[in-house]
Amino acid sequence: MNNNGQDKILLEGLARQNKESIELIYKANYKMIQNLILNNKGTIDDAADIFQESMIVLYEKALNPDFILTCQLKTFIYSVCKRLWLKKLQQQQRFLSQTDDFNQVVSVDEDLDLYKKRQASFDIMEHAMAKIGEPCKSLLEAYYIERKHMQEIASEFSYTNADNAKTQKYKCLVRLKKLFFAEYKNLK
Amino acid sequence: MEESLLLDTVERYNNGEMSAQELFHFEEMRKNNAEFDQMVVEHLFFIQDLEKYADFKRLKNRLNEIEDQLSVEGAISKSPLTGKSKLIYLWGKHKRTVAVAATIAIIVSISCFLIVSIFSNNKQNNIRPLVEKLKEQDVKYKKLENQIGKLKRANDLQAPIEKPRLESKFRATGFMIDVDNNYIITNAHVLNEVKNQLIVENNKGEQYLAESVYVNPDNDLAIIKITDRDFKKIPALPFSIKKTDADLGEQVFLLGYPKQEIVYGEGYISAQNGYQLDTIFCQLSTLANEGNSGSPVINKNGELVGVVSSKEANSEGVVYAIKSSNIYNAINEMRKIKENENIRITSKPILRKTDRVTQIKKVQDYVFMIKGN
Repeated sequence: MNNNGQDKILLEGLARQNKESIELIYKANYKMIQNLILNNKGTIDDAADIFQESMIVLYEKALNPDFILTCQLKTFIYSVCKRLWLKKLQQQQRFLSQTDDFNQVVSVDEDLDLYKKRQASFDIMEHAMAKIGEPCKSLLEAYYIERKHMQEIASEFSYTNADNAKTQKYKCLVRLKKLFFAEYKNLK
Repeated sequence: MEESLLLDTVERYNNGEMSAQELFHFEEMRKNNAEFDQMVVEHLFFIQDLEKYADFKRLKNRLNEIEDQLSVEGAISKSPLTGKSKLIYLWGKHKRTVAVAATIAIIVSISCFLIVSIFSNNKQNNIRPLVEKLKEQDVKYKKLENQIGKLKRANDLQAPIEKPRLESKFRATGFMIDVDNNYIITNAHVLNEVKNQLIVENNKGEQYLAESVYVNPDNDLAIIKITDRDFKKIPALPFSIKKTDADLGEQVFLLGYPKQEIVYGEGYISAQNGYQLDTIFCQLSTLANEGNSGSPVINKNGELVGVVSSKEANSEGVVYAIKSSNIYNAINEMRKIKENENIRITSKPILRKTDRVTQIKKVQDYVFMIKGN
């Protein structure tokens, strides 16, 4: 199956956060999702959000080396987006129109549960990050998200050397950890 | 084991960066010491969550980047462009013009940079920012003071329980500009001293934690926000912030913290521009010392006309203050960068026809020590 081979390459690219692969996935599927959302009481912005969420769900799956896509990539994305949008509409007490749906749909509930759980723990970390204050926030983001080297961080934050920056980083990390577990307990 | 050391160890373990020998010892220790193992598990959980979070953030950034690019190219449609994507859109449209302009700008900026850097070298020598660094002894003295305070309180059961005092390494001044949302103006160079906590302290010695929201080294202004829940709202601002320049010769006074209590000083506007005719600043003839950075400069009508920033190192009595109009620029800029910050200056100027002593009484509650460690 030529199609499946290509999907596999795209998924591997997505797992590496490869730009070209993600672009291809967008180009091949975005319009379809936008139509789905627009035809069902959504806006262009809703479509963008939902599509992004489906990319994150897909990314989680792609990261798992054992993951095999049992349907076409297109079908999977469509199913995820439809389910996500349905939930959003239900939250807003609105319902999906029962009319046309020629697209094939697969069950994605399990994937979405995983996604929801993951999202909850991201929220905790995000809260902790928001509370930590500067310069810790920028420093930790530079190291963990932007993956900058300590040397680079030291000069950017005007620490005398990489070792000093590293010491500071661990001080910040200790604080973040406290905030993280405090938030964690709050939610439990 | 110290917490940060443990985090370092666990992080290296998680990243597979340990040598075989170290790994062996680490595993042994986990096996033999349940308490240690428990701590490792907790730290691992945190580190792994953080890594995952960072990974997810990277993906989100990438997705946004791609979305913006594709919508510029017209491959996907998005609703009316806002913020960053609009910039990219304009960039796509005017790429060539911008490229030419940028080349010119680079040439110009090279020639400017040379001149500026020579001047700014001078600046380093001749201008002194007015932040007071607290010495070790001061800190120790503070600690002693705290302990005595505690003893006293222990004797006096009626006294309310107070928060422990936060140590600080420097002291400067700042003043409130938005009482609804607790925003305070100070100097950008003050915040350079903050490595961990930023602390705001009032004339009564009550301390509150704050966060830096906006820092602009170009005009040396910074906006911080008191985030402490214990902070009690204070009434509307008694002074207005002047939008135009103060007049030459205008009498002014300032309130600041060159020491651990509020200090009053007076003087007049002696020049309308600052050091080397810097138009952001005006020149005052008054006395200011370390700790005065960020002090409000107020005229006889009770209008805020400037923010003390630095003084001439070589001649006594020459103080530079940032013109108050820059505060409005700073607020506007901050609103653009931080969309979710809500800042509004609402003042009820009541100082116009009052005498100086009343003016000071009214204003001093809005002037804070800015400290940090």
